[in-house]
Amino acid sequence: MTESPDHILIASILIPLVAGALMLFYGETQRRVIAVVSTVAQFIVALELVDMASHHTTSIGLYLLGDWPPPFAIVLVLDRLSALMVLLTSVLALSAVVFAMARWDRRGQHFHSLFQFLLMGLNGAFLTGDLFNLFVFFEVLLAASYGLALHGSGTLRVRAGLHYIAMNLAASLLFLIGVSLIYGVTGTLNMADLAVRVPLVAAEQQPLLAAGAAVLGIAFLVKAAMWPLCFWLPITYGAAPPPAAAVFVVLSKVGVYVVLRISSLAFGTAAAQMTGFGAEVLLWGGLATLVFGTVGVLASQGLGRLASCSVLVSSGTLLAVIGISGLGGGSAMIAAALFYLVISTVAISALFLMVELIERGESELAAILTVTAEAYGLGDDDLGEAELRSAGSGPGVPGATTVLGFCFLTCALLIAGVPPLAGFLGKFAMLSAVLSFDDLGKRDIPLIGIAFTAVVIISGLAALIALVREGTRTFWAAEEEELPSVPLVELVPVIVLLALTLGASVKAGPVMDYMEATATSLYHPHVYVRGVLGAETMPEAGK
Amino acid sequence: MEAVLAIAIGILVASGVWLLLRPRTFQVIIGLALLSYGVNLFIFAMGRPRTGAPPVLDKAGIVDTSLYADPVPQALVLTAIVISFATTALFLVVMIALRGLTGTDHVDGKEPDR
Repeated sequence: MTESPDHILIASILIPLVAGALMLFYGETQRRVIAVVSTVAQFIVALELVDMASHHTTSIGLYLLGDWPPPFAIVLVLDRLSALMVLLTSVLALSAVVFAMARWDRRGQHFHSLFQFLLMGLNGAFLTGDLFNLFVFFEVLLAASYGLALHGSGTLRVRAGLHYIAMNLAASLLFLIGVSLIYGVTGTLNMADLAVRVPLVAAEQQPLLAAGAAVLGIAFLVKAAMWPLCFWLPITYGAAPPPAAAVFVVLSKVGVYVVLRISSLAFGTAAAQMTGFGAEVLLWGGLATLVFGTVGVLASQGLGRLASCSVLVSSGTLLAVIGISGLGGGSAMIAAALFYLVISTVAISALFLMVELIERGESELAAILTVTAEAYGLGDDDLGEAELRSAGSGPGVPGATTVLGFCFLTCALLIAGVPPLAGFLGKFAMLSAVLSFDDLGKRDIPLIGIAFTAVVIISGLAALIALVREGTRTFWAAEEEELPSVPLVELVPVIVLLALTLGASVKAGPVMDYMEATATSLYHPHVYVRGVLGAETMPEAGK
Repeated sequence: MEAVLAIAIGILVASGVWLLLRPRTFQVIIGLALLSYGVNLFIFAMGRPRTGAPPVLDKAGIVDTSLYADPVPQALVLTAIVISFATTALFLVVMIALRGLTGTDHVDGKEPDR
């Protein structure tokens, strides 16, 4: 076998790394070009990865870093789930980068570099097959996200950023404790090797392993914002600049992704006594997050806050479903949850982008921004009132209010999960899978299913009420004149994101097939495990 | 040695957690630093440390690995030290920025009402 290794796997980490570093040598205009080129390249690579992953049914894509044989060194692993997440990231990134070009990238230093490093961390976290390497990529994406959360400065952002950083530093330390406990018990950091070794752990060592996994889980659940670890999220996301917040939506899905990955590999059906470890915590924590997010959505006064609370609702739903499936649910509910994950992430991301477009006309926000600029001594620079009011660049769109109104309506329908759009399909598939699950076993699945259904439906209703209230206030209120003109570069990303979800509603069949294949492979991790551990290194040159 | 190491980790982590929960930003950053020292020692301890055993193999072909210390936790600690150092420095910058913007060193950016 002399086939070349899949170098394309590492491309999605190298491209943003090189682009982010390279643009430091160039001026503002060239930086934008590099950012767009790099993000488009990542999108193409992500498409290729999804294509590769969907052709692998009995094997997985693998990249041995330094060509060391697993499980001794770091590997990058490509399966359907990681390919899906990388694609989702690149779609959101592309729209956020284009959106930021209108004005946000000039409101502080190095927006595009930080953004590329964030993408590098995200892609790396999705592709890595090693626990400690996951920690490193987590830190890369967190460090970049600290910078982005503070982008534009101002008291509000710095205060929210301080809490965000302190919270995440503490969570990172928990991550390290968890990883080292797991290493101490099992002697491995490779996730596939972990799947093999967890069932073999001696009974007296199991409490230690459980403690390690629980501590590790807390670190991920802080990221995924499970109640009661979620109080930082609405403040930080609400204060972050919109293009950054749009990608932060995927950041909270990293936590969900890792929980799903680890619980399928290490605590799946093959894990003997450790099967379903932590599933009940996920279930009840997820339900609590859902309730908390729902109350938050209803209580929100601003759109930014509302969008942040929708992130909580989305996280809570996903965690609860992962919990139910860990208790013995089938792969169908995971497939539906993945569909919901994609749709809700894209919709909330679009909402974050729209927040600022909608609120731009409202004097309140403009006032805050002006005060911010003054406090930072930038009042007479390019951040002045005139610049805020007028279009940043590019021609304005006629009838922007009408277009924005339609976009907002679409977004509201998607997030609330009302027919006929994809949000409804995702929720419906999830609920039908949870309710039709009748393998009673010892647990009270029907009761849990009914409770979950009730909470999800109520949260959808709450989202609908809150969004409609906000929309009425913005688009139908007569006292406000026409919204200030909206440049095309800011409107197009929103429309593209929403068009994608419309595409997913029309083409729900093929998309759902992909999700089902993903969920099935998560339920049968032996393909992953065998793929990683059976990997062969390249034959040495000259032999 | 185990007892000394365990007590040291315990004291560092306990002080770190206490300081992390204090209201002043300076206390928080010192708390985070102490916590990261404790965690680094903890990672090191997870490699079952012992004295007099080198972590690097000789070039002598097949060796008895039981005579060597586990090198992986040492590599992990090195990475963790670098990362926590960098993030602490970043936190320090944000802390000073908040102090400059609000004029107080309270973590909430304002003095609590008395």
